[in-house]
Amino acid sequence: MTNAFIEHFDDGIEPKLETLGGKGASLVTMTAAGMPVPPGFVITTAAFDAFIGTSLIAQINELLESVDVDDVADVDEISAKIRGLILECPVPDDVREATHTAYNRLQAQFEQQVPVAVRSSATAEDLPDASFAGQQDTYLWLNGYDAVTEHIRLCWASLFTSRAILYRLKNDIPNDGLSMAVVVQKMVNSSAAGVAMTLDPTNGDRSKITVDASYGVGETVVSGTVTPDNIQLDKVTLDIVSEHIGEKHVELIPDVTTNSLIEREVDADRRAVRSLTDEQLTAVAQLAKRAEKHYGTPQDIEWSVDADLPDGENILLLQSRPETVHSSKKPAAKPAATSGGFAASLGIGSSISSMTASFLKS
Amino acid sequence: MTMKSFPKPSELPVPEGAEGWEDIYPYYLVFQDELKEQEDEKFWFCDSQHWPTVFKPFETIGGEFAVKCLGQYNARHLMIPTAKGIDFRVHLGYLYMSPIPVPGEEVAERIEDFEARVGHYFANWEDLLAQWHTKVKNTIAEIEALDFSPLPEKVPFEDITSGKAMDGSERLMENYDRLIQLTYQNWQYHFEFLNLGYIAYLDFFNFCKEAFPNIPDQSIAAMVQGVDMELFRPDDELKHLAKTAVELNLQSAFDQTHDADATLDAIANMDGGQQWLEQWKQAQDPWFNFTIGNGFYGHDKYWIEHLDIPLGFIADYIRRLDNGDDIMRPTQRLIVEKERIVEEYRDLLDAEAQQVFESKRQLAVTAYPYVENHNFYIEHWTMGVFWRKVRELGTMLADLGLWETADDMLYLNRNEIRDVLFDVVMFHGVGAKAPIGAVKWPKEIERRRKIVDALKTARPAPALNTPPESITEPFTRMLWGITTEQVNQWLAGDDEDASQLKGMAASPGKVEGTARVIMHADELSEIQPGEILVAPITAPSWGPIFGKIKATVTDIGGMMSHAAIVCREYDLPAVTGTGNASTTIKTGDQLIVDGGKGTVEIVSGDKPTQVSGPGAHSHATA
Repeated sequence: MTNAFIEHFDDGIEPKLETLGGKGASLVTMTAAGMPVPPGFVITTAAFDAFIGTSLIAQINELLESVDVDDVADVDEISAKIRGLILECPVPDDVREATHTAYNRLQAQFEQQVPVAVRSSATAEDLPDASFAGQQDTYLWLNGYDAVTEHIRLCWASLFTSRAILYRLKNDIPNDGLSMAVVVQKMVNSSAAGVAMTLDPTNGDRSKITVDASYGVGETVVSGTVTPDNIQLDKVTLDIVSEHIGEKHVELIPDVTTNSLIEREVDADRRAVRSLTDEQLTAVAQLAKRAEKHYGTPQDIEWSVDADLPDGENILLLQSRPETVHSSKKPAAKPAATSGGFAASLGIGSSISSMTASFLKS
Repeated sequence: MTMKSFPKPSELPVPEGAEGWEDIYPYYLVFQDELKEQEDEKFWFCDSQHWPTVFKPFETIGGEFAVKCLGQYNARHLMIPTAKGIDFRVHLGYLYMSPIPVPGEEVAERIEDFEARVGHYFANWEDLLAQWHTKVKNTIAEIEALDFSPLPEKVPFEDITSGKAMDGSERLMENYDRLIQLTYQNWQYHFEFLNLGYIAYLDFFNFCKEAFPNIPDQSIAAMVQGVDMELFRPDDELKHLAKTAVELNLQSAFDQTHDADATLDAIANMDGGQQWLEQWKQAQDPWFNFTIGNGFYGHDKYWIEHLDIPLGFIADYIRRLDNGDDIMRPTQRLIVEKERIVEEYRDLLDAEAQQVFESKRQLAVTAYPYVENHNFYIEHWTMGVFWRKVRELGTMLADLGLWETADDMLYLNRNEIRDVLFDVVMFHGVGAKAPIGAVKWPKEIERRRKIVDALKTARPAPALNTPPESITEPFTRMLWGITTEQVNQWLAGDDEDASQLKGMAASPGKVEGTARVIMHADELSEIQPGEILVAPITAPSWGPIFGKIKATVTDIGGMMSHAAIVCREYDLPAVTGTGNASTTIKTGDQLIVDGGKGTVEIVSGDKPTQVSGPGAHSHATA
């Protein structure tokens, strides 16, 4: 069920920055492009608008009008008052109901209740920069609906931090139409994770996909605390070209009792085998390939296998960014475009002569 | 590093009862004591891909003609800069080969000739190939016309009046020589385009390997391979016949196909039967000149002479049609997938390289179909007619008391038969009682039969002597799958985990299923739907069974071996060149075949071997 207040990532609706915010729009876009992110939904700006209504916005505006830009203490005080109002003011029934339904729909995909993250998703110009809101207002490992609603309010309130208020004043950004979307997203229960590049980083060969994979959360791979499995696949056929099983002696895994990550040893049996099944490996490669196609340039992605999701839907994209280091390199051996002779096709000059030599020696 | 070695020829034990085996083959085919040092220096690999079972003396003709003509095209015709021909010997009944490289200092001076010759063929491909078809078909027609009927009791009167002055013996002797000569001629034609097909393929292959380092061989093959080839025509004809039979409601006539005459009679008496028989007759010429073997053995059975074989395959197809299966090859899907692969690789190249890629690919696409299609014209059609003529001659000579059945003649080598013919001409001409051979050959054939049977009890060694450090010669790699890794794996042999076999990743896909080990084409009817075929080697003529199996595993063969090509065509996983799958795996074993990685895992060998019931050999009750 979808309404103006809620948009699930997989609703298949054209993402709009002004209703979903930057982060929300990006998650919806990626899901639609076959790059599944951890499942979740966006509480749109319409929900914020309904919440703020006419009376609350009037109170806020009144407070803002009196603010003294040069008095830090005054700004802080006003900010605290506004945020206090936002945290206390009742949410309209229809918004509350829509949020509750969306939360239940998300949880219904899993056998038991899963922890979620709540993060603010600002529409571009309302806040100093996307990362300010996006990173500051991220609340992880939230359990239960009440915790979620509480943190949605915290995100909304973050529109009125001292810094945000000052920023808008200094840049003449009006408070009219000010709004905020909020993302609710499943915490990844990562059984294996890693990175993938849509080329061969040793020579820039773009016909390959290179995957590093290890158990647990991908941090161990990214930070280099384990030697991951290293697999190279052909980008066109997805056949494995080479693979090296890494040591991967430890893994970071979510601990449900403390809602945090704990490190533990990987036993010998699991170290000896690849941390991904064939099907998972293919799915990771396909994900990387889609990311490259979507962004039109070689990508370096972070991915994870979510143990709470069924096979076929459990490979999640956590991040995709352009690969810049290696993709500018030319492949090591670039075929001579003008070689017309067939003698070359028999490898004359290199391999054949060594063959001849070895036959003569034998 | 000390190199492990394969046994020397002299180190291989002679199976009990095979003593004196050297004498049954022509002298030039066996290792010589006087050349021991020289011959032991060379690395020989066994070509059990084409010659999986022991030669009877007459049957070496296929090996001799094929390998001689192949090598001569490299060495003296096309002037391949780096490769001369392939030296070959028969040892303990099996064929061993040793490629002869061009000495380093001679390579450069061959290049100019090579480019001119190869260039001419590629520039005139269509015309020269059309000419090839004419030449080959004319040769077949000439072989077909050879007459081996008995010599006349008396010279016909018209030969008296015309003053012909001959007695028919000249025809017998000449026709035998013509039979050998014409067959040799088609083997020469066989290689006129074959090596070129491989060169065009390798040209594109090497370009891809440079542009996309480590690109899987399968991808390159997929970008070149045609989807509709003449080699698949015989099988396609059977599928169409099955469809027609279902459309005309003739299914009930196909439940006793082992009796071809009765089956065809039954069809003739049914409504629509005549229409089906018309299609059946048209399909036969030439497409039933097709063997379930590989054309190199006198015992190979040809459809045209054993109509129960194609009828049995049709019955199988009818059953599957009645089950609602789609029996046609997934041609459309293969075309779409091929186009996707080509496009995706091409898009990875810059504009200039894309042009080179496309021109090289087009050349390979033009030249490559020959690599498969020639097989129908030579191995199937020419050799089918050849063996039929051999049997005609053998029967005629058996009637003169030289031996019992036509097949007994195969225990003589082809030059001994010339002697026999003069024996015959002589005794007949002078009016004696019987050829001298009547007292010599039956005994000698029995002796040789025992030797051949004894030789058959041993499998060939995969190779002989010390291998070179690396094997990079492209033809050897491509055709026989003889690579450095493969040779090392053969050498590692027993050290390896016996439940895991490695070979060439010949056709992608991963499946689990039950093994069916087929050592001989005659056992093909035992295969049950959904089984994994395990065999020393497959022949393209096994086509109809590829529609019902899940995967293929062979002992011998590279990316371009028949099993590999046919499996890609049928979209089935294949692992080729495992070296010993057919002897390691038993029928009934559970296997996981990964054709993308080239691995075969024996999951459980505990399942009891399935027993073939009385009906298991009949298509009608399978």
